[in-house]
Amino acid sequence: MKLAFITGIGLLFIVALVASCQSDEQVEFNRYYSGGSVLYLAHCQNCHGEKGEGLQALIPPLTDSVFMKQNRPSLACYIKNGLKGKLSIVGREFEGEMPAAADLSPIEIAKVLTYVTNSFGNKQGLIDLQQVQADLKNCR
Amino acid sequence: MKNIICALIVIAFYSACKPGSGTTNTLPILGNREPVIKTVDGKQVTDTVYSTIPTFKFVNQYADTITNKSLDGKIYVADFFFTTCPSICPVMHRNMLNVYKEFKADDNFRIISHTIDPKYDTVPVLKKYADKMGISGNTWWLLHGTKEETYQIAKNYLVSVQEKNPQGEYIHDGYFILVDKQKRLRGTYDGTDPAQVTKLIADIKTLKTEPDQVAAK
Ligand code: HEC
Repeated sequence: MKLAFITGIGLLFIVALVASCQSDEQVEFNRYYSGGSVLYLAHCQNCHGEKGEGLQALIPPLTDSVFMKQNRPSLACYIKNGLKGKLSIVGREFEGEMPAAADLSPIEIAKVLTYVTNSFGNKQGLIDLQQVQADLKNCR
Repeated sequence: MKNIICALIVIAFYSACKPGSGTTNTLPILGNREPVIKTVDGKQVTDTVYSTIPTFKFVNQYADTITNKSLDGKIYVADFFFTTCPSICPVMHRNMLNVYKEFKADDNFRIISHTIDPKYDTVPVLKKYADKMGISGNTWWLLHGTKEETYQIAKNYLVSVQEKNPQGEYIHDGYFILVDKQKRLRGTYDGTDPAQVTKLIADIKTLKTEPDQVAAK
């Protein structure tokens, strides 16, 4: 009994130690990422697909890491205001229209972008609230 | 009242285990049905008349006129959509694409998708949508008609579609309706659910083997 108690405490201690080893940044990232996955399911997956694969030539995939990197400061604006016109994604031409997600708040945009830019083969780190707020000021 | 219910239950069980040919399954027949009494060889027999899709006339993405006659001798799946639909349509047509791929070599099979936004979805818009979806040939027709005709025929498919709501969105449901060669409804499937669409594909295969369908031209 006493032994089990001590082992229990020991285990807890180890768990706490491991958890605190995760850097604050990692914790922050995880919080954005997991929140973003829920938002993606609710707001984006119908069009862009479960694996970010898009839909034929109608809706572009979210797998073009180069596009994501080059347009990183504009991504928040695309979500907030919608996007229309010609695009070249993974070497294919698209010309469609994404409706504005006006109901998403800046923190939600930050979460969903963190998810998208770190899924489907993308790996671009955290996009946080401050970043999105700054980007939204520069929307064209 | 009780008797009627009992009778219905008996009928339901009877029709459920109506012997098919050998091991083949049969699909249920949906919609309203009416018994009609006919005289055959001097004897009175009761026959069942099932509700069927009435005559219609629409135009497809190639500007060809499509009528009920164009679907004679074909098993088909119907749905309702519009090209700018932000919600369920991309999911429905991602799933419908699987049905298309499975049966596109079969000239006795069709898919018809009625636009519920005929004002925006003109024939050229439907053609562009078809091209972007990567659908060609005559397996999958995108149909344009007046709003009244489209909304009227939706009722025959037991699908509900409505005018724009105050937010400017169309309300419609994402059902895929399976129709047999006699234009009777044989199944409804939630087109947004990949599992149900897999079932639809299996059911089409079953339906194709039913004696009624094999015989019909
Ligand atoms: C109604 C369907 C629809 C929804 C919902 C939708 N998108 Fe899009 N999205 C599109 C279309 C269509 C385009 C291409 C627009 C163009 O051709 O200019 C696009 C383009 C994009 C692009 C840039 C091109 C690319 O493929 O990288 C990104 C990033 C993007 N969407 C992310 C999202 C995110 C994140 C969400 C959820 C918040 C979302 N989209 C919701 C249809 C949609």
